[in-house]
Amino acid sequence: MRIFPVKGGVHLEYRKELTSEKPIVALPMPKILLVPVQQHMGAPAITMVQPGETVAKGQVLARGQGLVSAPVHAPTSGKVVDIERITAPHPSGLPQITIILEPDGADRWVELPAPINDPFAATPAEIRERVAVSGIVGLGGASFPSAVKLGLGSRGKLDILLVNGAECEPYLTCDDRVMREHSEEVVDGARIMAHALGTANIIIAIEGNKPVAQAAMQRAASQFTNVAVVTVPVQYPMGAERHLTLAVTGRETPARKLTADVGVVVHNVATARAVHHAVRFGRPLLSRVVTVSGGAIAEAKNIDVPLGTKVADLLEFCGGLKRPPHRIISGGPMMGQPLPSLEVPVVKGTSGILALLSEETNEAPSQPCIRCGSCVNVCPCGLVPVEMASFVRNEKLDDAARIGLMDCVSCGGCSYICPSHIPLVHYFNYAKGRLNALDRDRRKRELVKTMVEARGVRLEKQAQARRDAAAAAAAKNDANRANP
Amino acid sequence: MSILIDKSAPFAHAPNSVQQTMLTVILALVPATLFDAWLFGWPAIIMFVNTIGFCLLLEAGCLALADRPMQPTLTDGSAVLTGWLLAMSLPPWAPWWISLIGAVFSICLAKHVFGGLGQNPFNPAMVGRIALLVSFPLQMTGFLAPHKLFAEGSPGLGEGLGIIFGGHGNFDSISAASALGYIKTELSRGIPVSQSMAHVPDLMDLAMGMHPGSFGETSALLILAGGLVLLARRIISWHIPVAVIGTLFVFGTVFNAVDPDRFTSGAFQVLSGATFLGAFFIATDYVTSPVSKPGQLVFGIGVGVLTWVIRSFAGYPEGMAFAVLLMNALTPLIDHHIRPRAFGRTRKGEPLPAKGEK
Amino acid sequence: MLLAIGSLTAMGAALGTVLGVAARYLAVESDPLEQEILSLLPGSNCAQCGFVGCAGAAAALAAGEATVTLCPPGGKGVAEKLAKKLGVQADLSHSEDKGPMVAFINEDSCIGCLRCIKDCSTDAIVGANKQMHTVVSEVCHGCGKCFKVCPTEAIEMRPIPVTIETWHWQKPGAHAAH
Repeated sequence: MRIFPVKGGVHLEYRKELTSEKPIVALPMPKILLVPVQQHMGAPAITMVQPGETVAKGQVLARGQGLVSAPVHAPTSGKVVDIERITAPHPSGLPQITIILEPDGADRWVELPAPINDPFAATPAEIRERVAVSGIVGLGGASFPSAVKLGLGSRGKLDILLVNGAECEPYLTCDDRVMREHSEEVVDGARIMAHALGTANIIIAIEGNKPVAQAAMQRAASQFTNVAVVTVPVQYPMGAERHLTLAVTGRETPARKLTADVGVVVHNVATARAVHHAVRFGRPLLSRVVTVSGGAIAEAKNIDVPLGTKVADLLEFCGGLKRPPHRIISGGPMMGQPLPSLEVPVVKGTSGILALLSEETNEAPSQPCIRCGSCVNVCPCGLVPVEMASFVRNEKLDDAARIGLMDCVSCGGCSYICPSHIPLVHYFNYAKGRLNALDRDRRKRELVKTMVEARGVRLEKQAQARRDAAAAAAAKNDANRANP
Repeated sequence: MSILIDKSAPFAHAPNSVQQTMLTVILALVPATLFDAWLFGWPAIIMFVNTIGFCLLLEAGCLALADRPMQPTLTDGSAVLTGWLLAMSLPPWAPWWISLIGAVFSICLAKHVFGGLGQNPFNPAMVGRIALLVSFPLQMTGFLAPHKLFAEGSPGLGEGLGIIFGGHGNFDSISAASALGYIKTELSRGIPVSQSMAHVPDLMDLAMGMHPGSFGETSALLILAGGLVLLARRIISWHIPVAVIGTLFVFGTVFNAVDPDRFTSGAFQVLSGATFLGAFFIATDYVTSPVSKPGQLVFGIGVGVLTWVIRSFAGYPEGMAFAVLLMNALTPLIDHHIRPRAFGRTRKGEPLPAKGEK
Repeated sequence: MLLAIGSLTAMGAALGTVLGVAARYLAVESDPLEQEILSLLPGSNCAQCGFVGCAGAAAALAAGEATVTLCPPGGKGVAEKLAKKLGVQADLSHSEDKGPMVAFINEDSCIGCLRCIKDCSTDAIVGANKQMHTVVSEVCHGCGKCFKVCPTEAIEMRPIPVTIETWHWQKPGAHAAH
C-alpha cells in the first residue's frame, strides 16, 4: 500500500530497547486504589456508591453524565473507604473527586452483561451501547469516550477504520507489546468497531521500528480480506491522527474538522482490544498496559496495571528509583504531563510513567532566538513557531492566533530541535490557555449582558404593571366617586 | 521527594546547540583560512588574529555596557564567527586600525545596538566590510599578489608585525588587482571583456586560489568544500547557495552569449570573487535570512541578481556584500509574505474545502 | 529665479488650502469611539469604577480621563481590550492580583431579607423571603452590589477558583519548582 509523505517531523532517540523486549507482567493488586471519577474527556462521571459500601469487580462506581462521558468501574472487589478530593495526575496539582477503594483480595466479579456472541449480527447501536457501559475511552492518551467516536458514522460516509499502532513517542512500548502478545484480540476488536462504524476497510498502521509487532498483526489479520497491515515511516509525530490519516490514505483533514470528515476514523490498538473484551466477554475497562521506563528506574517494565494504582506503588514494583530523577512524566516525553507527586493514580489515559534523568531530558537555559528556521522545518502543521513565539512573548496573542496558533497540536518537535533551547511549546500552551480563558470571559460577559438586559425588561414590566394597577385603581376611584 | 513542574512538555531535546552550530561553521572555514594564511604569510595571520581578537574584546565591552552576563554569550562562538568572516573579506595585509574599525562596525553597530544575538537586521560582517570599503577605498581595494608563508622574500613574523602595526611596507609597490577589479578597470578603459580575460588567471587558477584577492576571495574550491560540509551537517540547507550560484551562473551565461565583449561568462561569475564565500557562509546567516524554504530561494535569487548587476554595471568590482545587505533589508518582507502552507488549510489560510465524498 | 520662488509659493499655498479644507470637511467623527468602548464594558452599571454606569465610564475613557484598568468585574480581559481599542499601554499587573470575583453567601448568617436579590444586577441570586439565598456563580460577575447591601455581612467576595478544566500553563519562567 502506498504511503504518502508527511512534511516536517523530527527523528528522535527512541530508547525503546529499555522495555521493548519485556513481556507484559501483571501487577499484584495494590493495597489501595484511588479511582477518579473523571478519567476521560467530557463531563465527569457521577458517583453511585457511598463510603463504607462493598463493591464487586467490574461494578459501576460512577455513571456517565451527558452525551460525552464515560462510567467508571471498580478494578477489583473491595470496600469503598472514602470519596474525597485527591490530587489529580495533572501538572496543576489540583484535586479531583476520587473514590478510594480498599481491595479485599477476593477479586470477586459482579454479574457482567451477557457476551455478544455474534457481534456482526448485532446492530451498531448495540455495539456502541456495550462500549459505552464498559467505560472504554481512547487509550492512546486522548481519553475520548470511544462510544461517541464509534457514532461518527452518522456524520457522513466513512470507509476506513484506521487502527493506530504507530506509538511514535520515545520510551513507550505498551502498544508494541499488546500487538505482539494479543494480536488476535486487537484484530477482533477492530473488526467489531468497523462493524459499529459501518466502514468496509480496516487498516492497521505500525511504525517501521516494530517489525515483530508487524509480523504478529499480519498473521492475525491474514484471514480477513478487508484488514490490511501497513508500515509507516518512523517519523515523530506519525501517531497524530491527522498525520497518520494523511500518510496512510493521502487525505488531508481540513482545519477545524475531524478525520471522519474525510471518511476515516482512528482508534488505538489498545482501545480495540478493550472493545473485544467488552463485546465478547462483557468485561468493562478495569486495567491497562503501562510502560514504566526511564534512566532513573531500577527495572523498566511493561505492566498490566489496575486503574487507580498509585504511581508510587508502580515504581516500587519496578525496583524503585535507582537515581534521583529530573522529571517524572505521565505519558511520553514529547507530549506527556509532569506529575505533581507520586501519590497520584494511574488512569485510563496513562500510557507510560517515565522517570527521566537530566542527561535524558537534555534541558538547558534558553538563549536568544537565532532565527535558524529549524522549527519551521520540523513543524508538521506547517506553522511558523519562531514568529508565533515572538508574538506570545510580547502578549500579542491575537496575532499569534492569526498566523495559526490554534492549529498547533503541541507535538513538541519545535522545542526539541531549537538550538537555543527556547521552550516554544510552553509558550504555545500558555497562549492557547489564555485565549481559551479570554474566550470563556467573553462568553460570560455576553451572558451577563443578556441577564442585565433581561432584568431591565423585568423591572420595566413590573413598573408598568404597577402603573397600570395605579391607573386602574384611580379610574375605579373616580368611577366610585362619580357614582356614590 | 519534590518534583519539578516549571515547564510543560517536551522533556527531550536534540543534542544540538547554538555553540555547536557556530563551531561547525568555523571548522568549515578552517581549510580555506589555512590556505590563505599560507598564501599571504605572517602579516595575513596577524591581521586575522587582530580582527577576531578585536571582535571578542568589543563583544565583551558591549555586554559589560549593557549590564548583561558575559556567559554564555561570549563563548557561544558568534563573535568569533563574525570576526572570522570579516577577516576573510578584508585585504590580507590590512593594517590593525582597519581591523579595529571593522570590528566596531560589525560588533557594536551592526549587532549590539540592535539588541545582540538574533536581533540584527543586517549581516554584521558585511556591515563592517561595506563601512570600511566606503570609508577607506584605497586600503580596501589594494589587493596583494601572493607572498607565500615560508617563501624567499616573504615577510617573517617580526616584519609582519611591523607591516600590520607600523604601516611599514609600501602598499603601492606591491599591490595588484583582483580578477574582477582588473576586468572592470579594463572595461572602463574601453578594452572588451573577451580581450582582458586573457590577462586574468585562468579558471582553474581562480578556483585553486593562486591569485590576488581579499583574504577569502582566493581559494574558491576550499570554500566550496567547507560549504558542502555545512550542507552535509545540515547546518544550512541547499536553497540559498543553489539560488545564489545558480542565478549568477544563469545571468552570466545568458548575457555573455548576448554580448561577450561586455559581460563575463557564467563560469567566471561563479568562480571569481567571493561567490562561494557569500553563497555558503554570508548569505546563509540565520539571523538575517528568511526562515522558510521558499523564502530562502527568493532571497538567494535576489542576492544573485543584485550581485551580477553590481558587478556588471556599478562602480564596485565585487557586489556580493552590497547584494547581501540589500536583501537583508527585504528579509522581514519576505518572511511576512512567504509562509509555509498550514496543514489542513489552503495557501491563503482558509480551511481546505470539504471533499465530495462527505 | 523669481519664477521658481513664485511657482513654489503658489503651489505651497494651494496645497495648504486643500489640506485645511479637507481637515474641516472630511474630518472623521470621533463619537463612535465612545460607543465602541461601551460595548466592551460589562454593561451592568455596578458603579465600582466610580462613574455613573458604564456609559459614564465609556465617556471618560474616550476622553482619556480614566485608566483602562478601571473595571474590576471586567478583569484583565476587558482591560486588555480597552487598551487595544484606545491604543495605550496598560499596566495589567494589578488587575491580575485581584482577579475576577464571585459572591458567596454564608448560609449561617443569611436572614433571607431579599435585599441582595433586589439589587443584583444580573439576577444571579435565588431565594425567597425568610428563605436561604444562594448565588448562581455562573451568572455572578463580581460587581459587589450585594456585598455592600447585605445587613448581616453574610456575603463575601471570593476569587473564582481554578479548576482542572480552567487551569493552564503560565508563561515560561513563571512557574516555580514544586
